[in-house]
Amino acid sequence: MMAIDLPIIWAFIIAFAVFVYVVMDGFDLGLGILFPLFPEKRDRDVIMNSVAPVWDGNETWLVLGGGGLMAAFPLAYAVLMPALYTPMIVMLLGLVFRGVAFEFRWRTQRERNRWDIAFAGGSLLATLAQGIALGAVLQGVHVEGRQYAGGWWDWLTPFSILTGVSLVIGYALLGATWLVMKTEGALRDRAYRLSWFLLIAMLGAIGAVSIATPFLAVQYTQRWFTWPNIILTAPVPVAVAAVTVLLLRALANKYDYQPFFLTLALFALSYAGLGISMFPYIVPQSITIWQAASPANSQLFMLFGVAVLIPLILGYTVWAYWVFRGKVKPESGYH
Amino acid sequence: MFEGWDAVVLARAQFAFTMSFHIVFPAFSIGLASYLAVLEALWLWTGREVFINLFNYWLKIFAVAFGMGVVSGIVMSYQFGTNWSAFSDKTGPVIGPLMAYEVLTAFFLEAGFLGVMLFGLQRVGPRLHFLATLMVAIGTLISAFWILSANSWMQTPTGHAFNAEGQFVAADWLKVIFNPSFPYRLVHMVLAAYLTTALVVGAVGAWHLLRDRHLAGPRVMFSMAMWMAALVAPIQILAGDQHGLNTLEHQPVKIMAMEGHYQSHKDGAPLILFGLPNQAAGRVDYAVEVPKLGSLILKHSPDAPMAGLDTVPRENWPPVPITFWSFRIMVGMGLLMLALGLLSLLMRWRGALYDSRLLHMFAIAMGPAGFIAVLAGWITTETGRQPFTVYGLLRTAESASPLAAPAVASSLIAFIIVYFVVFTAGVIYLLRLMAAPPHPGEQGPSHEVPIRTAGITPAAGAAAEGAVR
Repeated sequence: MMAIDLPIIWAFIIAFAVFVYVVMDGFDLGLGILFPLFPEKRDRDVIMNSVAPVWDGNETWLVLGGGGLMAAFPLAYAVLMPALYTPMIVMLLGLVFRGVAFEFRWRTQRERNRWDIAFAGGSLLATLAQGIALGAVLQGVHVEGRQYAGGWWDWLTPFSILTGVSLVIGYALLGATWLVMKTEGALRDRAYRLSWFLLIAMLGAIGAVSIATPFLAVQYTQRWFTWPNIILTAPVPVAVAAVTVLLLRALANKYDYQPFFLTLALFALSYAGLGISMFPYIVPQSITIWQAASPANSQLFMLFGVAVLIPLILGYTVWAYWVFRGKVKPESGYH
Repeated sequence: MFEGWDAVVLARAQFAFTMSFHIVFPAFSIGLASYLAVLEALWLWTGREVFINLFNYWLKIFAVAFGMGVVSGIVMSYQFGTNWSAFSDKTGPVIGPLMAYEVLTAFFLEAGFLGVMLFGLQRVGPRLHFLATLMVAIGTLISAFWILSANSWMQTPTGHAFNAEGQFVAADWLKVIFNPSFPYRLVHMVLAAYLTTALVVGAVGAWHLLRDRHLAGPRVMFSMAMWMAALVAPIQILAGDQHGLNTLEHQPVKIMAMEGHYQSHKDGAPLILFGLPNQAAGRVDYAVEVPKLGSLILKHSPDAPMAGLDTVPRENWPPVPITFWSFRIMVGMGLLMLALGLLSLLMRWRGALYDSRLLHMFAIAMGPAGFIAVLAGWITTETGRQPFTVYGLLRTAESASPLAAPAVASSLIAFIIVYFVVFTAGVIYLLRLMAAPPHPGEQGPSHEVPIRTAGITPAAGAAAEGAVR
């Protein structure tokens, strides 16, 4: 048992689940954020239809992230959730509004606009709350013993607002490039123009967060800028620059698929940067993954399930996306 | 605001509120997913058009209800951490993995195949589509398996030990999963889900039969639903009785609360039918009781002695009035379901199943009975195990998050407002869907233009048969 370090494996599994969530629900929430910019009913129907078959699966990764955290790192779950109390509640309520809108908006003529607002507002709130929660974790929380010991409003700082706004911009870019991939005609042209604007905003956001993060706590500065760490950390910004160039080229050439997947690459790099900053803490500055870990027999018991089931889940998820592949047609004969 | 309130009471209110709203939807969708699988199988097997019409009709209803179940379920998965962080820290190593397995084996299965089930019939063809329906139905049952295992472990914990940090840890996973109350609870709940759905389907069928007794779809769904009520209601009563005996063995105090047994009875306890439990005085006021019947039912001997709450320290008493009354509501609903099933058998035997207005009105009145019984049953079992979250080992008061009352109160109010707005609308849309009868050529929830209808019949030969119906 000494040979394998289970908490490290589980840290990667949880990080993977959260990243898959960001990949899948990111564009999904992004579509909601962009919804007010597409006032035409025809466009809105297409946007909804492009994601209706998969949204539920997308959000299941969030449940795995939360459930997995409770199972593998119960102490971290128990400290972080009260610390992030308000953003979490707001996120959940936002997800309620946007989730039900997928079916509700087809069930009513008169109140459709109301559910479109619920979809857009819920998506925006949920994203903002996720981004704020991320910032609140990065800046550290006050822990005493095995409990959160801070106040009810500790999460609210300029930094957490910055990460909240950044995530809104990022998800919106994912949504716009998703539309480039999944739609045609005027709607697609609109999505292209939005992608340009959002990409520039996202680069600004990545820059701002990158500059602000090392000043939050000593650990982050040492992690990124001291020798020999810099050999390992320097490639991250270099890769961000390279992906940005490719993304600009893909937008200029009006490619279908590249903008979306290159945006995902930008997210992956930013995410790797977060990992570099945080490791090995799961609650920055207070609790490491080893301190928070469940006993080995709990982590091992779940590892069997994960090893067998995650590949299977990824398999049928890919199949579901494949079934609904291609451009979404605008005509809607039903309802 | 709320400074004088007790944060633990508010957190309990929040859990009870969000959980009660949530459980209604899974209880319905577990049964409905299985019903849809049966309908699609019958369609593939017989090729009769009425089955695919019914399938598409109930699929639209399923889509709305399932969506509400998903969003209210995500709330539950985070509620443990936000409001019950001490509980999460202490029990996470044991029930965390059970819930993680629920996500991995059930939620992903349901979600992964739901899109194809709802929108994919024309894209993947009938056989693969049936597989998707089957996966969703199996997913709902697997989900029930894990979450009831977790809940049952909290009621009757076995197979655990404690580590140096004071956390529960698993000593034997099989004993944790298959703890003593789990098989009974699982059977009782799955049967409850099937009954709940059957009663809704029966009520919708009856509603349309009252207006036109010749409609093909309502006739089929009403007949199927009444078979379910007639067969499952008696089985459920037996299963409930067995569950009760299991509770007597492992959680005797809960039985005392359900029965209103404040006092011990040395030679045979009465069965208190009704009365007003008086928690402060420790007695049931105005009790209407049958002597010795309590001992006869629970111990199978009229003179068997039964201990009462007077043998239990007061700080370990559950809130008897709630447990006592919710139990009676559940049992009352169960007996009414049995009556409906028996009446339907009588009418079927007399050839009046589709003509009896009395039966149809009774079935419509019983439409919500399953939901009421499910809620009452859960309130019975959850209040009856108080004041503990892990029975006998971890007190509810020691399980809550270190939050101030205003935080919990504000979020509780937010949940109440949002849930009433959202779920009221949802229930209205569901009722609206149910108010229209299923018709020939019924479309599913797909928002796209249907490709030619011939493309979705199971076989060429069946298409011809389907046309004549």
